[in-house]
Amino acid sequence: MKLDFNHIQAAHCENGVTVGLLKNSGVQQITEPLAFGIGAGLFFVYIPLLKINNGPVIAFRTMPGLIFKRTCKALDIPIVRKKFNSKEAAEKFLNDCLAAGHPVGCQVGVYYLPYFPREYRFHFNAHNLIVFGTEDGNYMVSDPVMEGTNIMSAYELERVRFAKGALAPNGQLYYPRENKPVTDEQIKTGIISGVKKNVFNMISPLMGPIAGVNGIKYTGNKIKQWRDKLGTKEAGAYLAQLVRMQEEIGTGGGGFRYIYGAFLQEAHAYISNDDLLEISTQFTASGDLWREGAIQAAGIYKGRLGSQEDFNKMGDYLLEIAEIERKAFVALKNIKWK
Amino acid sequence: MKKEDVPQDLGALGKVTKEICYATDENGKYTTQLSNGWDIKSTALDTAWQNVEERIAAAKQKVLNKEASPILFFMEKALMDIEILAGYTGFWQWQVKRHLKPDVFNGLSEKKLQKYARVFNVSVADLKTMTVNEA
Repeated sequence: MKLDFNHIQAAHCENGVTVGLLKNSGVQQITEPLAFGIGAGLFFVYIPLLKINNGPVIAFRTMPGLIFKRTCKALDIPIVRKKFNSKEAAEKFLNDCLAAGHPVGCQVGVYYLPYFPREYRFHFNAHNLIVFGTEDGNYMVSDPVMEGTNIMSAYELERVRFAKGALAPNGQLYYPRENKPVTDEQIKTGIISGVKKNVFNMISPLMGPIAGVNGIKYTGNKIKQWRDKLGTKEAGAYLAQLVRMQEEIGTGGGGFRYIYGAFLQEAHAYISNDDLLEISTQFTASGDLWREGAIQAAGIYKGRLGSQEDFNKMGDYLLEIAEIERKAFVALKNIKWK
Repeated sequence: MKKEDVPQDLGALGKVTKEICYATDENGKYTTQLSNGWDIKSTALDTAWQNVEERIAAAKQKVLNKEASPILFFMEKALMDIEILAGYTGFWQWQVKRHLKPDVFNGLSEKKLQKYARVFNVSVADLKTMTVNEA
């Protein structure tokens, strides 16, 4: 049985799943930038002392699962979300959902994801995809970062739904409970609440020193110490990790800053305040600078650069970015919503 | 980033699928552009894999020096850490940690060895001798 479902490619998996599921349930207006912005997806955090894949823990986006949750909440769409202890129960529930006509979002690990290229298969458990049909014990899968859809066997799907390690999905699935269209007015309200939440997450003093704009500044200053503390080689590996988090599949480039710029432009269609367009260009500038920084970082992890001065320059990129983003979010904070 | 500046350096992912990048057109309006990849991030990924290779080599040496059991080698090879390996085998993390000691490993029951062998997709004999059969 195959549900009537349109595969939509997106830059980021969770945005893509949110767009795919909501479009399918009647929210015609939804786009990737809108889902990302209404879900207050933009973020930055560097968690010192903790390691992932033997590198630093750095994120450019909000915690997995929040974009779908916040976007649905802002648009007043009730959702179903379930985790499972038993693999059998997880599969049965999925089959029941499909039989009831619901395409379903699933959290999965990528290590055993068969259609992913070998080079990308790390133990990363916060990937998302949509299952939209089943036939002869196989499942039809719409993975938003892929150009086309894929087929997975029941065993392959079970294996990725029950991947182990940090953020283990435990078979988690989610979908909108009912089909219902939303009005442009609701989108408008969603945009405003999304921006406000994002302003809080990025510049509120309550977020502490390692998150948001403060976190970018903190990381910039840390990078300057990496060479002496870690040695050039390890420091290079750390920078490579930073670049992967910033640019790898899912970010749309520039650590999600471009998607946010696109969101503010789209927001302008609902709220005609020209400040939104002006602030959008500031996020473009920030994204461009993140990418310039990535080129500097690559010089270091390729071994072409390596002096303390090179690390200082790298750190300064982040300090400059922090200032740009602080100004942009202050402007968003002070914007007059009419 | 301008649309025409979206890099098209064919990388590992580009061979399987193109990815969406957000970029601005000639009027400054955001649009999406498919990308084959970007050198800067391919080399970041290469760097990560080099680190993995080095960790595997170091683990292998440790096993040969009898400082660790072969489980360490297979764990690194599967890009796992103790938490992940505990998850897949069903052991507690403190048990996995113990099993990394050669003496403890040598006394493990067939049943326990089987659990590791299944996760690493090798036979128990190959597990003990650190033999890899590349499929």
